[in-house]
Amino acid sequence: MLDNLRPALIITRREIRDQFRDWRIIIPIIVLTLVFPAIMNFTARQATEFVGRFGADIIGDRLIPFLLMVVGFFPISISLVIALESFVGEKERRSIEPLLSSPLTDWHLYIGKLLAVIFPPLAASYLGIGVYLFGVFRQIGWSPEPVLIVQILLLTFVQALVMVAGAVVISTQATSVRAANLLASFIIIPMAFLIQGESMVMFWAEYDALWPVVFGLAVLAAVLVRTGVSHFNREEMLGRELDSLNLKGTWRTFIEAFTAGARSVPGWYRQAAFPALKRLRTPVLLTGLVMAAAVWIGVGLAAQFPLPTGFLDVSNLEIETFSQLGNVSLLNAAGVPVIWLHNLRVVALALLLGVFSFSVAGLLVVMLPLVLLGYFAASFAGAGISPFLFATAFVVPHGIVELPALMLAGAAILYIGARIVAPSQGKSIGEVFVLGLAEWSQVIVGFVAPMLLGAAALEVFVTPWVVVRLLG
Amino acid sequence: MIQTKDLTKKFDHFLAVDRVNLEVNAGEVLALLGPNGAGKTTTVRMLTSVLTPTAGSATVAGHDVVAEAPRVRAAVGVLTENHGLYNRMPAAEYLDFFGQIYGIDPHERRKRIDTLLGHFGLERDRDRKIGEYSKGMRQKLSLARALLHRPPVLLLDEPTSAMDPESARLVRDAITELRTGERAIIICTHNLAEAEQLSDRIAIIRRGAVIANGSPSELKDRFLGPPEFEARMIGPPDGTRYVLPEGVSITATGENWIRFSSLLGERSNPATLHSLLDQGVQVAGLKEVTRSLEEVYLMVMRAANGKENGSAG
Repeated sequence: MLDNLRPALIITRREIRDQFRDWRIIIPIIVLTLVFPAIMNFTARQATEFVGRFGADIIGDRLIPFLLMVVGFFPISISLVIALESFVGEKERRSIEPLLSSPLTDWHLYIGKLLAVIFPPLAASYLGIGVYLFGVFRQIGWSPEPVLIVQILLLTFVQALVMVAGAVVISTQATSVRAANLLASFIIIPMAFLIQGESMVMFWAEYDALWPVVFGLAVLAAVLVRTGVSHFNREEMLGRELDSLNLKGTWRTFIEAFTAGARSVPGWYRQAAFPALKRLRTPVLLTGLVMAAAVWIGVGLAAQFPLPTGFLDVSNLEIETFSQLGNVSLLNAAGVPVIWLHNLRVVALALLLGVFSFSVAGLLVVMLPLVLLGYFAASFAGAGISPFLFATAFVVPHGIVELPALMLAGAAILYIGARIVAPSQGKSIGEVFVLGLAEWSQVIVGFVAPMLLGAAALEVFVTPWVVVRLLG
Repeated sequence: MIQTKDLTKKFDHFLAVDRVNLEVNAGEVLALLGPNGAGKTTTVRMLTSVLTPTAGSATVAGHDVVAEAPRVRAAVGVLTENHGLYNRMPAAEYLDFFGQIYGIDPHERRKRIDTLLGHFGLERDRDRKIGEYSKGMRQKLSLARALLHRPPVLLLDEPTSAMDPESARLVRDAITELRTGERAIIICTHNLAEAEQLSDRIAIIRRGAVIANGSPSELKDRFLGPPEFEARMIGPPDGTRYVLPEGVSITATGENWIRFSSLLGERSNPATLHSLLDQGVQVAGLKEVTRSLEEVYLMVMRAANGKENGSAG
């Protein structure tokens, strides 16, 4: 392992040495390591004394751990800048070419640079945390629980890793530092939201909530590192000279992939849609598991947040009730397109969210109806109505078509994420995404949309009758 | 040492290199000559296993550029068009860094660095930051880096581009010294004089395809006809119609000179000279008329353009 890492460490040493020759990196690191924690110490003492005068000691108590997190985060924020400079800057200056012509593997280059980019800011961050802790202990005698220190150290590390790994993914798409800096907003904005969320946790003092954050970030970092390794290759580094947006070319690539050369609808199903469906076997299985988990979560939520007694009284249900529902016209043909378009919007939303989250948020959208299903099934059970009867009445008539369609839509989104993360020799992330989108479209147009249309018709005309017959 | 077979590279829908066939043996220098964007750099990048060919194959120092990429890269020394130097790094440290990457042991590394810096006249500047180096010094340092691991194959991309004449001369001299029996060299350039001076063979590349390939004299013979010789005489010609040996024809005459050519080239010169002397002509000197590679290059390019326009029309 160490032998395999040795060439990467040669790169790491050189880059770190180079960083320490650049005053633009040294000065902020020194300031954030020594000066900033001292300011935070001063702030903590002043704030504690101030709020103490009004008996609001709790604010001071919560502020000190919060500042601990802030002291840890600020130095690692530099890692994003260093990463963009290291990966894209070297590409832009072409100083990377001799390295690419050397026997180093892509992996050596990636890991060597990753370590070089993470190490100085992380060391500065940990040193800053040390300085801050020493200061607050000396000044007001505060020391955190050891577990909180571990949480903050881990949180700082995974945050740095997410930023740097994200910067590498961005670097593969940019040929200039300027373009990379603009794209970096895809990292900065989510990180800003994350820090706000973490701040709430720190003021809330529910430090156990930091564990899922650490875990989630670790998973995200792993996905980003995997994507970075897949797309950080020589071909990408030197194959593209310009950050040009070729809409015509992109459209042509999409259409070529979508039609797969077919000239008729049956031919398209044979050449494009069915092969796309076949590729979704594993994602369908995974989506099925996720959907099952969603039902289980819904059941759990029903116990936690029970509905008021009598809320689920269905004894007086009549068929007219369904025709009087506000927005959706059940038992009326006009309701079919409404439900169908609504479901298609959900599928589109899942795609949109999935694109920016390696499919994760997209799957959450797919999970949501299943959470509700589990919740109501459990709630009906609580109200003395068999959950199976509920499912047979409310879900099965149209769900028998709608749920498989939803499962396919979720699987198609998952597949796009998997394609982006997996290595794709000679193709940029953009190209991989366009091809993934074409495959997603094949599944949606070929199967999901027609199935949802059928499900909408069943929901409008069949489900209300079944509900009344079984429960009314 | 270097062999390519129908080597092709496509970027999306752009054909950068189109079925290039090359062979460079040990001890040979091949110049890839062509305008900017002709595909020279892309070819070199495929030969260093930096870019993967879209089609065709290539072997460098006996290794396949796709299947044995790390071995190819270890066997190749590359001088890239952009120097690729780290400005904040001292020169000796820079070479040491690459020495480590190529796995040269520390003692040997120091020895080679001293030798190379001395060879290129950079010994006194070894601890200066590269950012302070002149263009010529940078190019020499890049060349030293390319040679550090003693590669059997050297790929030099625009070795003297944008250099002042003195630095360019220094680099050219250095390249000349690198010619050994065990080493194959490819030089990418659009400097015709440099190509002629440094190379044994020239491949003219245009829009990714090799459109002419041969030694400088072969190319001249092929495109400009047999070599011409000029005999200078003492005193003006007396209007006599000179009789030259069979196969030798007069191509031009001047006040005190005649030019002639023969399919046999310079081998016909003794007989021609003899004939002129026999006719009482006092020959003061005999020299080959310079035929520039530039003429060949322009002719080849014009022919290719004409062919393309013709087929397009």
